[in-house]
Amino acid sequence: MKNFFRISILIALFFGFQFNSNAAEKVEYLKTDWSFKGPFGKFDRAALQRGYQVYQEVCSSCHSMKYLSYRNLVEEGGPEFSVEQAKAIAASFEVKDGPNADGEMFMRPGRLSDKFVMPYENEKAAQAANGGAYPPDMTVLVKARGGGVDYIYSLLQGYEDPPAGVTLDDGVYYNKYMYGNKIKMSNQLSDGLVEYSDGTNASIEQMAKDVTTFLMWTAEPHLETRHKMGFKAIVYLIILTVLVYFSMKRIWSRIETKV
Amino acid sequence: MSEHEYTPKSKVGKWFNDRLPLLTLANHLTDYPTPKNLNYWWTFGGILTFCLITQIVTGLVLAMHYIAHADMAFQSVEHIMRDVNYGWLIRYIHANGASMFFLAVYIHIFRSLFYGSYKSPREIIWIIGIIIYLLMMAAAFLGYVLPWGQMSFWGATVITNLFSAIPLVGEGIVTWLWGGYSVDNPTLTRFFTLHYLIPFLILGLVVLHIWALHVPGNNNPIGIDIKKPSKDTVPFHPYIVIKDGFALLMFMIVFAFFVFYTPNILGHADNYIEANPLVTPAHIVPEWYLLPFYAILRSVPDKLLGVIAMLSAILILAALPWLDTSKIRSAVFRPLYKQFYWILVADVLILGYVGAMPAEGIYLLIARIATAYYFLHFLVILPVLGFKERTTPVPLSITEPILGGSPNLAAVKKKDSFKDQ
Repeated sequence: MKNFFRISILIALFFGFQFNSNAAEKVEYLKTDWSFKGPFGKFDRAALQRGYQVYQEVCSSCHSMKYLSYRNLVEEGGPEFSVEQAKAIAASFEVKDGPNADGEMFMRPGRLSDKFVMPYENEKAAQAANGGAYPPDMTVLVKARGGGVDYIYSLLQGYEDPPAGVTLDDGVYYNKYMYGNKIKMSNQLSDGLVEYSDGTNASIEQMAKDVTTFLMWTAEPHLETRHKMGFKAIVYLIILTVLVYFSMKRIWSRIETKV
Repeated sequence: MSEHEYTPKSKVGKWFNDRLPLLTLANHLTDYPTPKNLNYWWTFGGILTFCLITQIVTGLVLAMHYIAHADMAFQSVEHIMRDVNYGWLIRYIHANGASMFFLAVYIHIFRSLFYGSYKSPREIIWIIGIIIYLLMMAAAFLGYVLPWGQMSFWGATVITNLFSAIPLVGEGIVTWLWGGYSVDNPTLTRFFTLHYLIPFLILGLVVLHIWALHVPGNNNPIGIDIKKPSKDTVPFHPYIVIKDGFALLMFMIVFAFFVFYTPNILGHADNYIEANPLVTPAHIVPEWYLLPFYAILRSVPDKLLGVIAMLSAILILAALPWLDTSKIRSAVFRPLYKQFYWILVADVLILGYVGAMPAEGIYLLIARIATAYYFLHFLVILPVLGFKERTTPVPLSITEPILGGSPNLAAVKKKDSFKDQ
C-alpha cells in the first residue's frame, strides 16, 4: 500500500507539472461561479435559455453554429425548450432545400432536424463582410480556446480604450484579454441590449455569463450525462477495488509474504 | 517447469491437447512461477495489456463512425461527440487512453531501469519492448492527426518535415510520405490506414514480449536469479492475477477521473479548431508524452543533427543491456546508481517541461544541458559505474535473508555454468 501512495503522488506531481507547463501565457481572467463545474456540475437551465437568446439576437448575425441542430434545443441536459418552442424557433428561419422535382432549389421554413442556419453562405462571404476576419464557428469555441469559458466570459467584458502609445487600425479594437490585445470584433454587449423574457436584468456581466454558459453546452452537449455517469462509474470502481483488495489479502494470507 | 508434465484430465481434453496444446498453454500461464516479492511497480505490465485492448476496442468503434477525408474528418469527430450514442464516451476513452497508455509505459520502462530488468538474460524482452514503445509513439502521432484539427495538421507538417533533413533524398521522401506537395487528404487517408494497422503489430509484439519473458521468468525487486518453482515463487494464478487486478482497478479510477471530469485537459485547445493550411498556430507542441524528445530535437541547432539526436535518444535504450556494465541488477544494492537513476528521472521530466516551452532564452539553455546529461548518463555514467561502484551485499534468495556478498553470487554462478557448457 505504501507503494501505492508513492505511485499516486508521483502521478499527481507529474500531471501538476504538465498543466503548469501548458499555461505559458497567463492572464488573470475574470472569475464567476459556473454551475457546470465540478463533479456534480449541471447547466443552469434558465441561463442556457437566456444564453440562447443572446446568441440568437447578438452573436448569430456573424458567428455560425454549424454542428448544432434545432432538435438539440429540446434534448435533455440542454436548454430543454419545449418541442413547440423549438419548432417555432426552427420555423423562424428560412432553410435552403432542394432540388425539387423541377430541379430548382427552394426556401422553406426550418424544421427540428435542420442544422442551425449559417449567417453567411461560406467562409469567404463571412470574411468579406467582416473586414477580412472570419468570425469563428461557435459550436466548440470554448474548447478551442486555452482559457475556456473564463476566457470567453472575460473577453466579452474586456473592451477598453487602448493605452497611450497603442494605435489601432480602422476596424480593430482593444481588448485586454485578447491574444495580442487586438481584436476585429467590436464591443457587442451593452446594458439592456436584450430583453430577457424571464425578467432577469440584462447587464453586460449577466449576458456574458449566460451566453458563455450556452456556448459551454454547445461544445459539450453531453456534459451532464458525463458527470452523472462518471460519478456512478467511479463509485462502482471504488467499491470493486475495496472488495478485490480484501480478496487479495485473503488469498495472499496463504503464504507469509505481505502484499 | 510443470507444464511439460501436464496432461488434461478428460479424454476430450487430451484428444484436443495432443493436436493443439492450448490447454498446456493455459496451464503454463496459470501455473507460471512468479517471484513472490514483486511490488506494485510490476503490475504495470498487466495494466499496459488492458490499455492496448481498450485502445483497440474503442478504436474499432470510432472507425465505424469516423470519415478519413480532409473535408469531413473534423465534422465526423463532432458527429461522434454529439449524435453517436455514447460516442463522446468512446472518443474520450480513446483520447485519454493514449495518455494513460503512455503514463503506464513510462512507469513500466522506469521500473525496468531501476531494477535492471533489461540485463542478461532479458535483453530480448527489453529490445522488443523498445520496438513496442517506438510503434506506440508512431500510433499516437498518427492518431493525433486524424481529428484534423489545427494541432493535427501542423503537428503532422512539423514531424513529416523532419524527414527532409535526410541529405539528398529528404525532400523526395517527404513528398512521398505526404502523397502530394503538402499535408492533405492523401496524407490523412494513409495516416488513418497506418493508425489502424500499428496496434495489431503492437499486439503481436506483446505476445513475443510475454513469450520472451516466460523463458527466464520475471526479474524481481532484489534482482537475483531464483529457482522456479520454489518457495521464492507463487503461481501466477491466483496470486498475481488478483494483485494485478487490484492495481488495474486503482489505475482505472485515475483513468475514469480523466475521462469523465477533465477529458480535454491533456489535449491542446487548438485541436478543436478545424485544420487550416493558411493559419499557423502560435506554438506547435506535441502531446505531453512526446515532449522530452521534442526538447532534444529543438536543443540541437542543426536540423539533421537534431533529428539524429532525437532518434538516438530512443535507440540508445536498445543498447542499454550492454552499456550498463554492472553485474548487479537491482538499484537496491547499488547506492550510486540509485542516485543517478533519480537524477535521470528528474532530467527527463525537465526535458518534458522545456519541450512545452518556446525554444528560446533560458528554456533553450536548460534543454541543452538536460539533453547533454541524458546522453552522458547512458554513454559515460552507466558504463563507468559498473566498474567503480561498491555495491552492497545481495541476498541469495528471496525467502532466506542470507547475504551472498557482492557481486551477485547467484548471477555469477549461473554465468560460470554457462561457460562450462
